[in-house]
Amino acid sequence: MSSAVLEESPVSSATENTWLEVCKMDDLVLNSGVCALVNDESVALFTQKVAGELKVFALSGFDPVGKANVISRGLLGSKGDTLFVASPLYKQRYCLETGKCLDDESLSLKSFTSKLENDSVFIKLA
Amino acid sequence: MTALNPASSQNSNQAPHIVVVGNGMVGHHFVEQLKAQSPEAKITVLCGEPRLAYDRVHLSEYFTGKSAEELSLTSERAYQDLNVDYVLNAWVDNIDKAAKSVSIKQGATYHYDKLILATGSYPFVPPIPGHDQPHCLVYRTIEDLEQIEASAKQSKVGVVVGGGLLGLEAANALKQAGLETHVVEFAPQLMAVQVDAGGGKVLKDKIEALGVKVHTSKATQLIEKGESCRFRMCFQGDDYLETDMILFSAGIRPSDQLARDFGLAIGERGGIVINDYCQTSDENIYAIGECALWDNKIFGLVAPGYTMARAAVSHLSGGDTKFEGADMSTKLKLMGVEVGSIGDAHARTPDSMSYVYENQPKGVYKKIVVDSSETKLLGAVLIGDTSEYDTLLQYCLNEIELPEQPEALILPSSEGAAPALGADALPDAAIICSCHNVSKGDIIEAVDLGNTELSAVKSCTKASTGCGGCAALLKNVFDSELTKRGVEVNTDICEHFAYSRQELYHLIQVNEIKTFDELLEQHGKGLGCEICKPAVGSILASVWNDFVLKPEHVALQDTNDTYLGNMQKDGTYSIVPRVAGGEITPEKLILLGEVARDYKLYSKITGGQRIDLFGARVEQLPEIWQKLIDGGFETGHAYAKALRTVKSCVGSTWCRYGVQDSVTQAIDLENRYKGLRAPHKIKFAVSGCTRECAEAQGKDIGVIATENGWNLYVCGNGGMKPRHADLFATDLDDETLVKYIDRVLMFYVKTADRLQRTSTWMENMEGGLDYLKQVVIEDSLGICESLEAQMQHIADSYQCEWKTTIENEQSRKRFRQFVNSPEADKQIIFVQERDQIRPATPAEKEELA
Repeated sequence: MSSAVLEESPVSSATENTWLEVCKMDDLVLNSGVCALVNDESVALFTQKVAGELKVFALSGFDPVGKANVISRGLLGSKGDTLFVASPLYKQRYCLETGKCLDDESLSLKSFTSKLENDSVFIKLA
Repeated sequence: MTALNPASSQNSNQAPHIVVVGNGMVGHHFVEQLKAQSPEAKITVLCGEPRLAYDRVHLSEYFTGKSAEELSLTSERAYQDLNVDYVLNAWVDNIDKAAKSVSIKQGATYHYDKLILATGSYPFVPPIPGHDQPHCLVYRTIEDLEQIEASAKQSKVGVVVGGGLLGLEAANALKQAGLETHVVEFAPQLMAVQVDAGGGKVLKDKIEALGVKVHTSKATQLIEKGESCRFRMCFQGDDYLETDMILFSAGIRPSDQLARDFGLAIGERGGIVINDYCQTSDENIYAIGECALWDNKIFGLVAPGYTMARAAVSHLSGGDTKFEGADMSTKLKLMGVEVGSIGDAHARTPDSMSYVYENQPKGVYKKIVVDSSETKLLGAVLIGDTSEYDTLLQYCLNEIELPEQPEALILPSSEGAAPALGADALPDAAIICSCHNVSKGDIIEAVDLGNTELSAVKSCTKASTGCGGCAALLKNVFDSELTKRGVEVNTDICEHFAYSRQELYHLIQVNEIKTFDELLEQHGKGLGCEICKPAVGSILASVWNDFVLKPEHVALQDTNDTYLGNMQKDGTYSIVPRVAGGEITPEKLILLGEVARDYKLYSKITGGQRIDLFGARVEQLPEIWQKLIDGGFETGHAYAKALRTVKSCVGSTWCRYGVQDSVTQAIDLENRYKGLRAPHKIKFAVSGCTRECAEAQGKDIGVIATENGWNLYVCGNGGMKPRHADLFATDLDDETLVKYIDRVLMFYVKTADRLQRTSTWMENMEGGLDYLKQVVIEDSLGICESLEAQMQHIADSYQCEWKTTIENEQSRKRFRQFVNSPEADKQIIFVQERDQIRPATPAEKEELA
């Protein structure tokens, strides 16, 4: 769903360009986040209803400021048309689509392309 | 240096040396002002007391629990930072005017270029035979208070000699110390200087209604050994009164001995004579404050003393600010009785005329004195209700023309609306804050400089930071200036709702909105954010008290509320079960210990008398809480903007000083209000006696036991910005206490801003404490019944959120570290310190990796 393309390969090359089923739909919490373990890294998965349509987003779960795996536990919100998650530790807001920090240009989270299919959540390991 | 030539100084290239004798409020103000004017000034303070300046105006608060430190106006550290030299316990015993030096008893001698005498005054003790023995005391310094406190512990009855302003303050102190208190006054009425006979009568009735016995027209002839008490005071005639201790407060005398001994001009009835620049008969010596005599007058209030200090500073710095007398109007609260006196209170001006309003049932007396043409206000007396004080004072000081019917100024509004004097009617020169001499013009200037917050104006002008009596007027002026500039203060909570928190609360309650989505759809836009979601979540909880982790609410909660624990820096949570009132059984202590040991949690005692267990992983939380709940614990809401703890001392059950059972009261209060979601956290404390071991006056709600019930304090705070709680009501029974707390808290929940503690809520409330009292005690808004009903609903619908959570499979699912793996979070790494865990630092993590 996210159009962001990662420049570096975040995980092992064996999984490159493959869709990975992470969890079931009902593992997600509406308008909030959960955390998954993908190739030994934490990935935060969010669902948000936007104009009646359910969307899913995946970002790195590691907070680069607080240095802890807490991003999935942040509050979701919107600033204008931009959807974001706010870190629960020090409140920096990160765009759900791109992972870019809205409060500090030097910060960003890895973002993953993701989709919902057959009651399952998939992310693409670019 | 030639001593005879004052023009030449030994250090012509250095700043002149200023020696200040005395470090009372006025001496200290002088130092502050001079340092502000010329930071390079070289100052030596010779302070006779063992401590630097403290707030003598609020001395009686020592007996309601304020410590000497809390009363202090400065500190040795602050003086050191200001580069001011000081000597404590320094009694000056010699002035050499020719050599320009002063010596102190200890032997040191100080050269001065300019000498400032700020020696203040001493209490006058009438030469009654027997006055000079133990337990016959005065009331002026902190050392006096310590003696009074010690004496009160060995006394049951106390008498204050003198029914003036200070005498009534002293009587309040004795009453606070728990003594049967009497006031003996020589004159036929109380406060004869400030108040007329009619006002004195009403004041006496009110003071007596508070349990202080007032004896007027009594001249004490002899103090002898008593029969039922330590002393017997024999009055003229056969009358007598028995008492265990006597406090003399029969007026003050200027401390002018030093000036007398060394040849400065002294007034006929004492006081060091000064000119408009506060210079004495020696041009290098100034006198300021209560020791100084200007135009044959002594000024026994702090504000004129401050004005003198500023005049002296100005003159030293080459300015021309003069002391031209001072307005002696006062507004104060004596034992909770409001008293105001303005200008010519006794109508002594020839041909003046008076209007009087008296309401005996309510104990209110108001009088205004006008000139013969009925166009100017000359003076006023207000007893029992000083709400018109500010307006009347401005009429008087600025000679503003009176309305057609001047009586309307003091009549209750139902009998013809009192024309409130708007801020616009005041001239720019009008003094708003007399403690710090801040005019309306100064406030306008501050606003022009871009200060659009009241607190900013306060800190830059110092207005309303002295006695605080001008707070309401200051706000009026400030608001009117902002409005004039077209400044509209945006109170929208965020971009999603064009409403303040209070408005959102109203919308939710009146339209019976039960979810965030409903509210957003009807009254907002966008998807919400980290500002409005928790705020609305909190309001929904305050109004409906639903389980906060219901699917429709869960996405609104901050992580602490979502996981019902406090997230720590490494993403783990802390666990704080409720320990109501700080009372805990050995079995429960053991269980906490076992849980902490088994899960290897870091254990620490909190400031709120409970135990905090740190380092629990999110997936461990339900299991740990299951064990705690099985052992009889419930959630402590340490993670929520809600009632935290009710701290208590051990109270009358065990303590030999306790007068009420503070522990039972604390437990009952904690159980009533636990689970109440509020704009911010709320802390209570209950103390079993006036020693105040539970520190209730630093809490949002403080309860202190008295012989007759409970004193209620509100809106205190420790933490970042400490605020001493305000005494709200006295001697309440249990039922009334709960009723008042219900109303205060619900009113706070309803009207406060997001994340606003009760202390700032109070500070921003228009009308302040008096307004809150009107709402809560007099039900001026007619909402008390609904406030109580709502609180009852919260109490009735209480649930332990952890119990509900662990019983619900869906809610438990939330507490998984990874939705797709049973593994633990490898980023969480602990190391050992003092036999417990702590999070590893980044460096340690790298080392361990």
